[in-house]
Amino acid sequence: MKPAALVTAIGAQCRTEVVLTLRRGESVLVTIVVPIVLLVFFASARVLPRGGRGIDYLLPGTLALAVISTSLVSLGIATAYERYYGVLKRLGSTPFPRSGLVAAKMLAVATIEVIQIALLAGVGAIFFAWRPHGSFPLALLVLGLGTLAFAGLGLILAGNLRAEATLAGANGVFVFFLLIGGLFVPLDHLPGWLVPFARLLPADALSDVLRSVLRYAKLPWSSAITLFAWALALPVIAARTFQWE
Amino acid sequence: MSDADPAIQVDGLVKRYGSRAVVDALSFEVQRGEIFALLGPNGAGKSTTVEILEGYRERDEGTVRVLGLDPIGEAGRLKPRIGVMLQSGGLYLTMTPREAVRLFATFYLHPNDPDEMLTLVGLDEAAGTRYRRLSGGQKQRLSLALALIGRPELLFLDEATAGMDPQARRVTWNLIRSLRDSGVTVLLTTHYLEEAERLADRVAIIDAGRLIKIGTPSDLAGVDTGGVRLRTAMPVDLEVLRDLPAAAKVHQNGDGLIELETGNAPQLLVEITERLRDVDVPILELRVGSGSLEELFLRLTGEGLRE
Repeated sequence: MKPAALVTAIGAQCRTEVVLTLRRGESVLVTIVVPIVLLVFFASARVLPRGGRGIDYLLPGTLALAVISTSLVSLGIATAYERYYGVLKRLGSTPFPRSGLVAAKMLAVATIEVIQIALLAGVGAIFFAWRPHGSFPLALLVLGLGTLAFAGLGLILAGNLRAEATLAGANGVFVFFLLIGGLFVPLDHLPGWLVPFARLLPADALSDVLRSVLRYAKLPWSSAITLFAWALALPVIAARTFQWE
Repeated sequence: MSDADPAIQVDGLVKRYGSRAVVDALSFEVQRGEIFALLGPNGAGKSTTVEILEGYRERDEGTVRVLGLDPIGEAGRLKPRIGVMLQSGGLYLTMTPREAVRLFATFYLHPNDPDEMLTLVGLDEAAGTRYRRLSGGQKQRLSLALALIGRPELLFLDEATAGMDPQARRVTWNLIRSLRDSGVTVLLTTHYLEEAERLADRVAIIDAGRLIKIGTPSDLAGVDTGGVRLRTAMPVDLEVLRDLPAAAKVHQNGDGLIELETGNAPQLLVEITERLRDVDVPILELRVGSGSLEELFLRLTGEGLRE
């Protein structure tokens, strides 16, 4: 396809992906409702961190959860079913290239994330007096790296497992990260033997870097390197192993 | 390449899964502007052959040219010129036909008008219905509209009318004929003998990955003669039928259909109707020619269909 035509096609595909995501009740539940409910619950219940303002701890974790819900759960499950139902095969017979499809999916994920971030930041600001500080551009970069990492993981599942297994796997990993990924429960509240392992997870790396960037505009190097490594490795593995049919 | 080249050239094509050859030294050519049918039972290698031509699968041996191009090596130049209708599925469940044709139109340089395509396949009223709520026949017709949206020179239809009711099938046949008349080449696979006979300009019969016979439908029709099929409203003693002078061989299928071989079909028809009138057995179905792929295979290969 010629570049101008390709841009038009990517735009149309991206629009389709966004519309269909918002049309699926379960996607809206996991990407929009669940993060907002968790944010409101933990911010109101005051079960969590002592010292500092709770919302400054909670909001970055919720944003990390939002990234995971869209790029791992929603994207992974939708893509698995597209593979299962032959949508990917059908698209493969058209001139629209695979690279275009991947670009459209990434743009669609970014679009959903913008909606999530706006809603979560809005809820935090209006109800819990959250105020933005730290570095906004750096936060966007970190959210982008997190998206790459978790989209890679979602597509590894979608491209190699049956649709039902991806559905179960993505939801399972989501809960796993929710509990021990440092999103809401600080790692030092976990059993000691679990901490070194949890620290290596992309979920903890993302929430840790996001927290630091949004509060101090600084990158904590160890977590940042971990996040960067996942953001590089997982998409490469996805691209190498993805089975289109 | 020029327009004088054949639309499809297949020469010595071999495809193996493990050690089993599902396509075995297959050769044929499809000319521009013809409807060409690959006819064979399930598992004959039809879909595998078509998927190699569409660029979905690698071949193990042989050469394949589609519109003069290599389906995999030159896919970027081939795909804008072909239309593909898959056997089933292939769409987002929550998408509507109107959204689907509009999306697919953006993939081509000079697409047909999306709404006209829906009208053409008779999906106007279902244009806003989500895919998962469409009937099987409606899904097939949407798939056909998507295959046509890019104004293809060559159209692949893999079991296109499977699951359609007889009326939808006839509408689809007419649509395919009018495409041929406007210069489109059509390669279709089917396991319906009737579809191949009534729709195709030429038919290749394949079984176990091998070409068994290639020719026009009338070439094939000459093979399919000499049988009478009978279905009665109540059980009939086969000995009564075997006694008929014009009946050579009589046997009954598991589903109650009785097949009679004969050298003189008109005479046998008279004898059957008279005999059954005498014993007061009503006739549900009586026809000449087997019409079945199984019978045709039996005559062509001397053996039944492999399971």
